[in-house]
Amino acid sequence: MKNDPGFYDYWPYDNRPKMKWPGGAKVAFWVAPNIEYYELNAPDNPQRKPWPEPSPAIAGYSTRDYGNRVGHMRQMKLLEKYGIRGSISLSTALCEHHPEIIELCNERDWEFFSHGIYNTRYTYGMDEQQEREMIHDAMETIYKHTGQKCAGYLAPALSHSELTLDLFAEVGTELFGDEGGIYTCDLFHDDQPTPIHTRSGKKFVSIPYSLEMNDTIAYVVNKIEPRRYGQIIKDNFDRLYEEGTDNSTVMCIPTHNYQVSCPHRLKAFEEALEYITGHSDVWVTTGREIAKHFIKNSYDAALADIALKKQGS
Amino acid sequence: MPLDKSYLEYPHRSYGMDHDRYDWSMLTDRKDVNWPNGKKLALWVNVSLQFFPLDQKGVPVKPQGGMIMPYPDLRHYSLRDYGNRVGIYRLLKAFDKYGVKSTYAVNAELAKRVPYLMAALKERGVEMLGHGWNMDTIHHNNMEDEAGIISESLEVLSRYSSKEITGWLSPGRFESDKTPEYLADAGIKYFCDWVNDDMPYNFRTDNGPLLAMPLSKELEDQFVLLSNLHSESSYGDQIKDAADMLITEAYEQGGRMLALSLHPWMMGQPHRIKVLEDILDYLMSKEEVWSASANEILEHWQNQQ
Repeated sequence: MKNDPGFYDYWPYDNRPKMKWPGGAKVAFWVAPNIEYYELNAPDNPQRKPWPEPSPAIAGYSTRDYGNRVGHMRQMKLLEKYGIRGSISLSTALCEHHPEIIELCNERDWEFFSHGIYNTRYTYGMDEQQEREMIHDAMETIYKHTGQKCAGYLAPALSHSELTLDLFAEVGTELFGDEGGIYTCDLFHDDQPTPIHTRSGKKFVSIPYSLEMNDTIAYVVNKIEPRRYGQIIKDNFDRLYEEGTDNSTVMCIPTHNYQVSCPHRLKAFEEALEYITGHSDVWVTTGREIAKHFIKNSYDAALADIALKKQGS
Repeated sequence: MPLDKSYLEYPHRSYGMDHDRYDWSMLTDRKDVNWPNGKKLALWVNVSLQFFPLDQKGVPVKPQGGMIMPYPDLRHYSLRDYGNRVGIYRLLKAFDKYGVKSTYAVNAELAKRVPYLMAALKERGVEMLGHGWNMDTIHHNNMEDEAGIISESLEVLSRYSSKEITGWLSPGRFESDKTPEYLADAGIKYFCDWVNDDMPYNFRTDNGPLLAMPLSKELEDQFVLLSNLHSESSYGDQIKDAADMLITEAYEQGGRMLALSLHPWMMGQPHRIKVLEDILDYLMSKEEVWSASANEILEHWQNQQ
């Protein structure tokens, strides 16, 4: 085990080189619906049980299933209303289980990125070859069903190994050259994109995905009331927009159709989306577009500045 | 050591669900349902009447709302009992005041312990649902004689009911792999443990079909107030927001259902009953709302399938 994952260097939020979004936007805003499949009878992993409750885990399973049966259409309609293309964090087995959902999103030119095969299959305990195979399978599945070259990763259930990001970057290049495997959502250390060290040395970035704005973290871990969730989204946006006058920022709302699309929660979420998209200097975009733009326009300047600041000046 | 190779095998990775219990279907792809008199939102209020034994076994898990202190946990035992002695009568008054129809999921052991309350409910002609033996009799795969417990629970409860009992809510919503089979065998028509939909749907068992009647967990008083520790006023807001959203959706897509799950040991408290009254007032003053029992809702739903 390591004392530091070694993915990035300390890079103070102070005096960074100016990062520019298209049209001079202050904030790049993206919404990342997690569209997930949880298995009713998932195999045991030595380090994490698929369900906390005794099997069959009806409460947990049926809550997740609600997201696909009922919630998806509600959120999709809402994002469409506010001109937002979702960046889907996808349990890729959903391509096989529920192709209707994949088709609806693909028609709308939403982005699909990998969130593993199932959200009940964890990375823990896999050796390098196994993890590489799982990552490869997921990226290939997205390509086969949507024609999209998977650019981003959020490890299934946020379960990682030390090699996760290295493997994702490498498999992406093997499959799709420069377009595949260019960003990760697994790290929460910044409000701007940041370069990430991987084994292959390719240009690879972390895109802010925000655990704090994540509806499941808000509702299940932090147990926030729906209207307060709407309010903290607005507050989060206000500050990033204000700071974006000086240097552009990224705001992400990661969602789950089994959380945010529940009847008692949708209204607060809608109000927040209406508020954000009602501002003029917002680049409403996707994870892939942010990553590509950053790599093309700001990556090298960021690296140079990081090198400089490492020396303390 | 790598993981066993089966961890990277996915035997159910194909179209539809990863089990045979029901078909995959998105709510928006189904036929619109119309409720009687042009109503948009069927309001189903279910009250759970429960007995939490003091000598809790907690097998295979402790029931939520059960004993958590060392024996004898008098505080939780008596606080739950409060609901059946005091709280329920406040709920009944509130239902009467706002003209709300309600159903009752009753632990069979409780029914035996509170004949006065059961007689009052029978007199009202309410719909009752089997709710297992008591809250500490949790259905699970190593349960002894689950079928026997189900049939005994239903047999006991039916003595106190003016109607045939056709509904079921498992204690703590826990099931074994065979619970749906045993329920179908025992003459149950609908059950409420699965919370994957906002409308009823068809559910398969080896012993014939059941109807799944999802009783929302996310809006349950116990979940919002006790698990999430949200305020009473937030609980009220959440239900009102849910009703508004569902009514809006119903105008576009056909009738919807709002299923409220109440516990008299929670909502029957003096500081909470006013919030429940406000909620019922809000809901019942909407012209779109149809207050109905589970069976009434199911009957209309089934006739349109």
